Amino acid sequence: MVNVPNPVALAPPVYGSVPGDLSVRIRRSAEYVAIPFFALAVSALLFSVFLLALGKSPLEFFQLVERGGFGTAFSLQNTLQRSAPLILTALAVAVPARIGLIMIGGEGALVLGGFAAAVLSIPMVGHLPPFPTLCLMATAAMVIGGGWVGIAGYLRHARGVNETISTLLLTYIGIAIMNFFVEGALRDLSNPNKPSTKPLGEAYMVGHIPGTDVHWGLAAGIVLAILLQILMSRTTFGFAVRVCGGNPRAALAQGLPVGKLIVLCAMISGACAGLAGFFEVAAIQGRANASLVAGYGFTGILVSFLARHNPVAIIPVALLFGGIVASGGLIERRMGLPDATVLVLQGLTFLVLLVSETLYGRFAIFRVTGTVERT
Amino acid sequence: MGYSNISRRTLLQGTAAGVIAAASVGRLARAGDVTIGIVYVGPRDDFGWNQAHAVAVKSLKSLPGVKVVEEENVPETDACAKTMESMINLDGANIILGTSFGYFDPFMIDVAKKYAKVEFRHAAPLWNAQKHPKNLGSYFGYLNQAHYVDGVAAGLSTKSNKLGFVAAKPIASVLSNINSFMLGAKSTNPNASVQVIFTGDWSMPVREAEATNALVDAGADVITCHVDGPKVVIQTAESRGVKTCGHNASQAPLAPKGFITGAEYKWETIYKAYAADVAGGKPMPNMMSGGYEADMVQNTAFGAGASPAARAAAEKAMADLKAKKPIYVGPLKDTKGKIVIDKSYDNLDPYLDQMDYLLEGVVGSIT
Repeated sequence: MVNVPNPVALAPPVYGSVPGDLSVRIRRSAEYVAIPFFALAVSALLFSVFLLALGKSPLEFFQLVERGGFGTAFSLQNTLQRSAPLILTALAVAVPARIGLIMIGGEGALVLGGFAAAVLSIPMVGHLPPFPTLCLMATAAMVIGGGWVGIAGYLRHARGVNETISTLLLTYIGIAIMNFFVEGALRDLSNPNKPSTKPLGEAYMVGHIPGTDVHWGLAAGIVLAILLQILMSRTTFGFAVRVCGGNPRAALAQGLPVGKLIVLCAMISGACAGLAGFFEVAAIQGRANASLVAGYGFTGILVSFLARHNPVAIIPVALLFGGIVASGGLIERRMGLPDATVLVLQGLTFLVLLVSETLYGRFAIFRVTGTVERT
Repeated sequence: MGYSNISRRTLLQGTAAGVIAAASVGRLARAGDVTIGIVYVGPRDDFGWNQAHAVAVKSLKSLPGVKVVEEENVPETDACAKTMESMINLDGANIILGTSFGYFDPFMIDVAKKYAKVEFRHAAPLWNAQKHPKNLGSYFGYLNQAHYVDGVAAGLSTKSNKLGFVAAKPIASVLSNINSFMLGAKSTNPNASVQVIFTGDWSMPVREAEATNALVDAGADVITCHVDGPKVVIQTAESRGVKTCGHNASQAPLAPKGFITGAEYKWETIYKAYAADVAGGKPMPNMMSGGYEADMVQNTAFGAGASPAARAAAEKAMADLKAKKPIYVGPLKDTKGKIVIDKSYDNLDPYLDQMDYLLEGVVGSIT
């Protein structure tokens, strides 16, 4: 997955301010909306066949997805809450992907980030007010998460170690480090049956977005996605990253600091996942323990690939995933289907969306007449 | 059976729980209209912890007026809170049963505060009348009693006098099962010793197989375990030709030759009592726990590995436990020689819930 095109940034570079720019832009963007929707429809159709083969009603299934994922105020908040960590862990994959690296160590950075936040809170709870404590915790989570994945970035640049393998292995090491301390030196002895760090306490927890049941991690994810989109498409840093991703040798020949950019991208990746870990600890669990290892880091890989590593596109894709997972329970309960059914739907959707990538540029309706080149 | 003799701690709850439970009953359209939502952390057919609950829930489905909604593979994150809320909001559940340890704090506590008219019960002894909402509660079975019975039968089944125990984490409930198994074995075979290997986590199939093989290589000829899904341990031991005792649910089908008996929960007793209480408009007890004396644990029907002598001894042990005969009779030393159990403790004594040692007779270390 080298050279991932950025739909928004690539749209009109030639016609910066020429009249007709807008229609070109809309036409181009429409392709990036229509094709995913078409792919979703195809996967729904395929999944219906699967359901019919099982003797279940596809209509009932999709009604339940709607009701369980989006149909009621409760369902919608359920979906939003479940997508919150996915946005952050998907960003952790999307940023290095822009420089041509497939880093899948979000899970480890999430766990270590959350763990660092929980450890930092131990001496502070009761001595510092909640807000500065939480800010410091979030910072610690991002620094530790960033440093952790940064190691893989450095190994890639300095020693040529494959970053996919090293991030995956670092994940297991990270989880083991947390377990080592949580079950040993930092264990809260008042909790004999589930090894955890000392609890934060209710006063120190991150609250909900007013009027909803959703914690602030969702807002943080959306803001960060937009900021990273701007960073990647509107700054010289982002441009340099994309050049490196396109052709590292050419980038080197141009005098770009390739190594520095690789390490920085890896660190941004780790920081995003670390922040997700902070929210897991400070908004959900209230302590660090083995429950931090919930697979968000791995689901984030899927989300990022489906969003074509576009930070802003990650938001709707994460919502779609959150919705499918949120409605999964209702489907399991009402239709008597095993919970793996939802995995089948996820897998089908993933596959069809990937196949649909070959459709880009093939439809005349989206083609812009004139001399605008597709890059 | 009534639940009044099931838990002494029931008395602690006072009248508040009664008022709330009565209110929740009043909300129902008609008496007997009960929807029970149950949440599992793993698959329902894991030959272990989750299956034990699923088997009990299945027996509820046949009761008139009782509807059951189930969800499996729900992790111990906010996903479990959302699943419970979904069961309440979309399925109209009025009893929620959370079966995994990590569901309780903070998730079930928070959801119970939010839905005061729904009754929540959690499968571990964590509920505290002073700290937690009145519509929340705990239920638990003292499985160590059934492990004791396993030990009694195992002691008479071993030729090498070496028994093997594959354990997940060295936490109180696991340690109590290991110690009880050892004491049971010693009661019928004073020369028996139990060697334990900790795998470090609840579900580690590869390490569980390695540990089982290591124990058999070291001479153990009866293997038992305390891990989430004992399937791997039992199958590995069977393939090595040694005898086995089960854990959590029935693993008898996995070991047609060597299965002796197994320690099983009997959640059915508790779940039926809950359903009957709500249907009858009675308050549900906040705390329900017990062992053989309350019909909350049981042993799997004897397999081909159980000799007539082992069966007879195990049946006598069950009768003794029903009559509340204590397992832990002091003075007992830990593996380092320190006296940790000074006197005879009632089988449900809270002191035993804090166990953080292996007793003399167990070979192994918790650090």
